[in-house]
This record gives sequence, C-alpha cells and structure tokens, in this order.
Amino acid sequence: MSGIVDLASDAGLSWLGGASSVAPRYDLLFAAMVLLCGTVALGVLVAIVAFSIRYRAGAGRGDAAAGRRTRAIEIAWTVTPLVIFIGLFVWAAHDFVALYRPPADALPVYVVAKQWMWKLQHRNGRREINELHVPLGQPVRLLMTSQDAIHSFFVPAFRLKQDVVPGRYTGLWFTATKLGEFRLFCAEYCGTEHSQMLGRIVVLPPAEYARWLGSGSEQPSLAQYGFARFRALGCSGCHDPASTVHAPSLEGLLGRTVHLQDGRTLVADENYVRDSILVPGKDVVAGFAPVMPSFAGQVSEEDIQALVAYLRSTGAPAPGDPQGARR
Amino acid sequence: MSSVAEATIDRVGDGSAAPAPSYLDDGHSLRSWLTTHDHKRIAILYAISITVFFFIGGLAATLIRLELATPAGDLVSHDTYNKLFTAHGVIMVWLFLIPSIPSVFGNFLVPLMIGARDLAFPRLNLLSWYLYVLGGLIVLVALALGGVDTGWTFYAPYSTMFSNSWVAVTLVGVFVVGFSSILTGLNFIVTVHTLRAPGLGWFKLPLFVWAHYATSVILVLATPVLAITTLLVVAERLLQIGVFDPAHGGDPLLFQHLFWFYSHPAVYIMVLPAMGVVSEIVPCFARKRIFGYRFMAYAILGIASIGFLVWGHHMFVSGQSLAASLVFSLLSFLVAIPSAIKVFNWTATLYKGSIRFDAPMLYALGFIGLFTVGGLTGLFVASLALDVHLTDTYFVVAHFHYIMVGGSVMAFFGALHFWWPKATGRLYPEVWGRIAAVLIFVGFNLTFFPQFLLGMRGMPRRYHAYPAEFHQLHMASSAGAVVLALGYLLPLFYFSYSLRSACRAGANPFGALGIEWQTRSPPPTHNFDRTPVVPEHVYDYAPPGPRPTRAPAAGAKAS
Amino acid sequence: MTAATAAAFVPADVAHDGRAAKLGMWIFLATELLFFGGLLVAYAYARTHWPEGFAIASRRTDVVLGTVNTGVLLTSSAVIAFAVACAEDPAQRRWTARALALTAVLGVVFLAVKGVEYAHEWREHLFPLAGFALADVAGAGLFFLLYFVMTGLHALHLLIGIAGVCVFAGATRIAKPWATAPRVEAMALYWHFVDVVWILLYPLLYLVERHA
Repeated sequence: MSGIVDLASDAGLSWLGGASSVAPRYDLLFAAMVLLCGTVALGVLVAIVAFSIRYRAGAGRGDAAAGRRTRAIEIAWTVTPLVIFIGLFVWAAHDFVALYRPPADALPVYVVAKQWMWKLQHRNGRREINELHVPLGQPVRLLMTSQDAIHSFFVPAFRLKQDVVPGRYTGLWFTATKLGEFRLFCAEYCGTEHSQMLGRIVVLPPAEYARWLGSGSEQPSLAQYGFARFRALGCSGCHDPASTVHAPSLEGLLGRTVHLQDGRTLVADENYVRDSILVPGKDVVAGFAPVMPSFAGQVSEEDIQALVAYLRSTGAPAPGDPQGARR
Repeated sequence: MSSVAEATIDRVGDGSAAPAPSYLDDGHSLRSWLTTHDHKRIAILYAISITVFFFIGGLAATLIRLELATPAGDLVSHDTYNKLFTAHGVIMVWLFLIPSIPSVFGNFLVPLMIGARDLAFPRLNLLSWYLYVLGGLIVLVALALGGVDTGWTFYAPYSTMFSNSWVAVTLVGVFVVGFSSILTGLNFIVTVHTLRAPGLGWFKLPLFVWAHYATSVILVLATPVLAITTLLVVAERLLQIGVFDPAHGGDPLLFQHLFWFYSHPAVYIMVLPAMGVVSEIVPCFARKRIFGYRFMAYAILGIASIGFLVWGHHMFVSGQSLAASLVFSLLSFLVAIPSAIKVFNWTATLYKGSIRFDAPMLYALGFIGLFTVGGLTGLFVASLALDVHLTDTYFVVAHFHYIMVGGSVMAFFGALHFWWPKATGRLYPEVWGRIAAVLIFVGFNLTFFPQFLLGMRGMPRRYHAYPAEFHQLHMASSAGAVVLALGYLLPLFYFSYSLRSACRAGANPFGALGIEWQTRSPPPTHNFDRTPVVPEHVYDYAPPGPRPTRAPAAGAKAS
Repeated sequence: MTAATAAAFVPADVAHDGRAAKLGMWIFLATELLFFGGLLVAYAYARTHWPEGFAIASRRTDVVLGTVNTGVLLTSSAVIAFAVACAEDPAQRRWTARALALTAVLGVVFLAVKGVEYAHEWREHLFPLAGFALADVAGAGLFFLLYFVMTGLHALHLLIGIAGVCVFAGATRIAKPWATAPRVEAMALYWHFVDVVWILLYPLLYLVERHA
C-alpha cells in the first residue's frame, strides 16, 4: 500500500497528543523550553522596544557615560545561562539515554527500508509493507537497516526518530500508549520519492493484535526461516558442534563477550553478526583461523535479519543488553 | 594621538561641482575593473556577483514556496523539486552567504578601518574573486545541464551511488569556491597582523575587524576539510570505490563527520561577520559605547573556537555512539553562551542611549531580535531528547533560516545601507530604506515562524508533497514569502536610483566613529589623503548633541 | 572633517613584505594541514576497520623505492635550508641560486622515482579500478585509493614547489630585487611542509606490518 495515507484520528498530529511512553516526558521538556526561551526572547524584545522608545533621540534621556562598569553584570549573564544550560543538557540527555535502553521483553520487529518503502517483519514471520501493527502497552524494538541510501524512521506521535543506515543495524524502541493510527514518515532525504515514503503505525489492543498476528498466511517464524537459511547456506557445515571444521560455536552468541585475534574484546551484537557474515576477516575470533568465506552477494538484508533472529532464539539475551544495534 | 571626542556629522558633501577623484574614477574601462588590485573595487565586483547569485537562489526559493502552497506536488515534478531545494541551498550557502559580508564589506572596510592602503596581498584578493566566479559558473553549468538533487548536504551513499544528477560537476564548483574562501581568509589574517596603523592595538580594533579576523581563522581551517570531502565524494562517484558506500566497504557516517566538521563552523563564517556589522551600527545610532567591548571580543573568539567542536549535533539520530552525542550536545549548549552575551550586550548598549532609527539601525535591531529567536531555538535542537523529534523537520529549517536570513541577510542589508554612502558617495532615500527594512522583517516572520509550528507537528524536510493537515501553515508561510520577496526587491530600485541622483554624501553622514569615516566618500584609491587619527577608544560616542538633520550644509546644493 | 594632522598619508609598515610573506605562508600551510588531515582521518578510520586488509595492501607497495624517495626529500630539505642561510648574505647569491637549483633537481628525482613506482603498480593491477588485484581483500581497495590520492596530491604539491623553487633559483641568479631573503624563506617553509607531509605518509603507506 503506497501513497498518502488518510488518517481518521488527529491524535498523532497535535503536539500535545503524544502516543508513546516517552511522549509525556518529551512534551514536558518541550513545554519547559518554550517557557524558558519564550521568557528570554520576550525579555530581550521588550527591553529593545522599551529602550527604543524611552531612549530615542530627542527624548533627552541619553547618557553616553552610562554602562562603563560592565564586569559584574557580564559575569552574571554569563554564569546564569551557563548553569541553566547545563541543567537543560542533563535533563535532555537523561531522557535521551533512556531511548537507548530497550526493555528485555521488547517485541522485536525487523525493518528494511528501501527506496521508497518500508518493509517490516514480525518475529512470527508476518510481513508488512508501509504499515506496522503493534500492541498497546507492550515495548516494541525495531531492528532496522537500509538496502540503499540512508532513510529515517520518524513517528511524530511517538516523538521518535532514528536514521536507517545501509551497512549496519540501528535500533529504535517504543511503547505505544494510545490506540489508533499514527503517521510514519521517512525523515532523511533519499531521492525522488522521499516525500512518498509514508506509512502508518497501527496500535491495537493486545488481544486484537495477537489475533492479527496469527491471522496472516501460514508462514514460518523469522527464527525458523533463519534456521532454514542457516542450513541452506552451509553455515551449519562449520558451526555445528558436530562439524570437523574448527569454527566458533554460535549458541547464545548475542550478548556474549567475544575475544578477537588482535587482542580486542567486544560484546556480540546484531552488527557483529552481520559483519561476520559479510566481511568475516574483519573481527576474527581468537584461536581460530580466518578461513570463513564471505557471503556478500549471497544473502539479502532480510536473510541476515532472519539469521540474527535464529541466533537470538538459540540463547537468552544478556540482561540489560545495551541496544546492540548502535555502535 | 588625541581622541576623537565628537564625530561631527558630515552628511552631504560640500557641494563643490567636481568632487575630488575617488577609487571609482581610477579607470572607467571594463579592463580596469577586471584587472584591479584595489580592495575597494574587488569588493564592488563581489557585490555585483553575489547579488546575481542571491536572486538566482531566491528564484529557486520562490518556486519552492509556490509549490508548497498546496499539498499536492502539482507545480513541478519530484525530481525538479529536489533539484530546486538543492540549488537553493548550494547557491545560498556557498555562492551568497559565505562570501557575502567578508568579501564585500570585509574587503572594502578592513583596510580602511585599520588605516591601511590595501590588504596584505592585493593580487591574491583579485584571484579570490576570479576563483569565486569560476566556481560559481561551474555550479551554474551543472544547473544548466540538469541540476543536482542530493540536497546541499550531499549525504552519501545517495550522492555517491544513487543520484543520477550532476553531482561531480557541482562539487568541482564548490571545491573551487572553497579556495576563494581560503585565500580571502588568509589575506585578512595577515592584513590584521601586519598592516594596522601605528598605535592601533588589538583592543582598539573595531569589533567588525575582530569578527572578520575570527571568521578568517575558521575559513582557513575548516574549508580544506570541505575540499577533501568533495574530492572523496567525486572519487567515489567516478571510481566506485567504497569510501562512504557500505556496499563497497565504506561508511556513510564518515561522510557525515567530514562534511559537518566543515559545515558547522561554516555557519559561524556566516554569522560572525554579521555580528561585526551589528556591533558597528548599534553604537553609532545609539550614540553610545558598545557595552562590554572586551567581552564582545572574547565572545567572538569563543564562538569561533567552540564552534569547531560541535559538529556532531547534526548527527544525534544518525547512528553515532551515545557517548559522542552526549559530548556534542554539551558543547553545543556551551557555544550558545558567547552568543547570548553578545545579544545582552547589544541590548544594554541601547540603555541610556540616544537612539535614531535610520535604516541601518532598523536592520540591526531586526538582527538582534531574529537572531535571538534563532539562537534560542538552537537550544531546542541542541537538547538531545528534543532533537530526536525535531531533527529533519521544518523546525530545523526555521531555526537556521532565522539565523542565516533573519540574522546574516538582515545584517548584510544593514551594512549595505550603513556603508553605501561611503562606498558610492551617494545617499539612499531614507524613507524607502525604512520601508524595505520593515517589509523584510515582517515578511520574514510571516514566512518562517509558521515553519516552527510545522516542525513541531512533524512535517519533515525536503518534502515535495505533504499530507493535507499541514496545508494551512504552509500556505501562511508561502504568503509571507511574497512580502519578503517584495522587501528584497525594493532596494534594487532605490539603490539604483540613488546612484543616479545628484545628491552626494559627505564623509560621515551618520556621524560614526571609525577610521573609515575619516576619509572622503567615496575614498580615494589610496584610501586616505591625510594620515588618519587613531582614536583613544574605538566607540567613544559623544553625549547627545543637537539632532542631526538631513539638510545640507550651508552653501551646498540641495539634492 | 576631524582635526587631523596635515601629514600626507603614509601607509603602515611598507617594508612588511618579509613578515607578511612568512605569516601568509604559515597560514597557508595550516590550511594544507587541514586538507591532508581530512585524508588522514579517513585513513585512520579505515585502518581501524580493516587492519588486515591494510597490512596486506601495504606490503604490496615498493618499500625500497619509497625509502629512497624519503632520503631524496630529506636531503632536499637540508639543501634548501642551506639556500636560506646563503640568502641572508647577498654576497653568497650564486650559492643561493645553486642550492635552490639542486633542491629542484632533487624534487624532480623524487617525482621520477614516484613515476616508476606508479608504473609498477599499474602493471600489477594495484589501481583500485576494474580488475583490481586485491579485490577480495576487504579494505585493500580503500587503502590503495587513499595511497594514490595522498601520494598524488603530495606529488602535485611537490610539483608546485619545484616550479616555485626554479623561479626563485632563476631570480636569485640574476639578482631580481623581489627575491628577498624573507621570500626565499617562505618558499623554503613550503618545501619543508611538503617534506613533513611525506614523512607522515611514508610509514602510514609503506610500513604497515612489513615484518609479517
């Protein structure tokens, strides 16, 4: 379904009508900023107008000798904004950091952006184009990548946005707090039909969502599909415990600390898995020979997301796993 | 030497039939203009060229606002629209704003303000202009061939791999213009260091000179990074190597870091000279010293230096690390402080002044108001959590237009009116000057304030067609643009008229201090007939005396 | 008109050409530093991501010729420093001219050796175009792109330096008045900068994991 979507509800558009768990905090900070900046702006404008009127030439109130001893007041209006700004920074940073900490029970949805549409896939395999159905009150975590240029997943009602970048995964999590339909925009210029790359988020009550999820045409879950690809591409030929080839075990890989050949250590995340499939020579595990061939050109972005889903299903994710999709 | 206790107003020339020869009389042929080494003539050459580009960029903006007056994309095709906003950005940033005040007013005034005969490297100055024109022509050629549709920000991999437009040609043009900037900056720095009149210490320099010095440091250090970035984009486009394209092993974020490392300091290149202009106009028309001269000078340096450290605030949602975002946000808040100091100081300069509202002052006051709004909205987008929602929406578009248009362009017009008599020896019609200033101020707000609201409601940038619920605000914005356009067109007429009017300006029509006002209007080629006097304090305006009038001095011919 | 003296206008410090030229050159070199700096950033970024690829690619550069060139350029810097010293004394004008000429010759030698290297690399398909020899090594293409861009830009700057030094050599030989000592020094500053850039590039391009 492409083209401009008509919405019945205006809830996603009024800037007071936030529909996600982070929207109230956002709106509070925004309102505070408007109040603060509005006051300052008004103060400056009123001062300029007042001085312009009171001290206009001919009013005879001028005193060119005024304003010679300036240091105290200068310091005052340097330090005061400094303190206020640091406060604002801390407030906004605190809210921002929370966006990087998806809850452990967040429902994963895999997103591939391409010119000029959104392709989404739920864990059970159900696919959507330009639409995302989610349950009310349940955290949802998007794992996103692009097939071509940089796009950006923007839902104004949720007050959320995240660039979708080719060559890596970026993540976005949210909890919808209102039922209804909310606009999805692409917010990073990506070519001719950038302004047509619209979609909608459909928030359903949990029961209805479950019904919707199960009602799609029968197809394997993403993890099942990933397992099938794992076998078909020959991954299990080396990575299976029974294999004669010495290759790292992938059970419960995601979230595990990995020691690399050159002495570095990293926590395995979705980007690590993706890089290992496409550029295996990049981060070779310590104690193994760099003999894995690259699968670039043999796997699509959806395939890689499916393989990731399969690996995720082989072991519990580490608690408080930082949203591994961001570097 | 003795301080200049009073700047007497010398509005109209002494009416003698044949004014003494000025730099304008030093050869009338086209060749004399195209081979000049005179910084004043080079400034005029720049003024003409940037005006041409301003109106071309403005034409693109007109078409954009016409299209956006209705939700459907019905005026032009998607591709044409994308090329229009790209052309608007490329032309307005590189061919208008970056050179505008430094290359016109900096070139004309810096030697005059420091009592020098010319810049340190006059021939290099002429080369700067030729490079600018060459780069501009290359960009126009790209436009004529069909244009480029990547946005002025040229994000990879769209620009390197997917765009089917004249990216490489445009970037070669930008590369060439960049060298024009670098040479101008180099020239200013050496000039200020080595050619100041005896007795003119750093803390006696006008803030205009300070501003141009700091701008020149940015020009010299930031522009080379743009040059390399354009080179790499062209290389990737032509050779299909993976520098930025992940399909070939590159990283799109590397492009963004390299691009914004230049492009953020670039906005300070655009605003610092404007601040310098305002700092000259406000004391003159308030008849009072600038409040806190040293803090103003330090603030200029502060903006220039911290401005190099904040580029990542364009990338909060790009996928860069959390740590990087935190650092860039904090630094972005810090860079706002010196700007705030400047706004407060300009306002305090008005206190107990004796204020006149000639056209330059109207523009300067407009700058202060609009820059304040633009700067405060910058705090919104510097706030991490808020930027997640606001970035890539019309909120950002409004924010930067408030600063660049409400700020820099207004200051440019203020400078144009303030130094027009000095440069041309003519007086512009004051009433029309004020009308244009008010039209521009009102039209600007009508055009761009609705865009803050659009952004808050989620309207993304660079959209050719948009959902119907954004229609009213877009229509308001487009209507405002009509008023703004009128305001910009008016000066074309009355400035042209003034060039042909018989009324000539005296050396100092506004009673301003500053060494440039000690010489004739227009100045002789060698700038000064008599050694200029270095004042004790640069903004030592006299107590309010009798009101100056426009009436010519006794014995002079009326206009 | 303000109360000014009747003195005719004498612009400040007419004899500034020495100071201005040198200051101008330092600033210009600062811009060049940022210019090459952008490339070095790209190099650092890429090498962190593809350390193996960079090592493999670097071993394909001709370290013998690269080292020879380093020696040539270092020698040329010494020679031009000698020329600057001679330029202080007008009586040593001939030696100044000879030293400048030798500097230019050494620069040409560098370019010739570089040309030979490029020819070898072309034959071995190391240009990152179609048919690139190391196409299956991740990062090697980017290494060689950076190698050719960086050494190519360096060579271009060296060429400009050679031209400038030749002009100064000729002007000094026939005692042109504009070829003052400060200007010769400014030229030498540029030459030293080109040398310093090479000293930065040499280990980054030729010496990555050579021992392996």
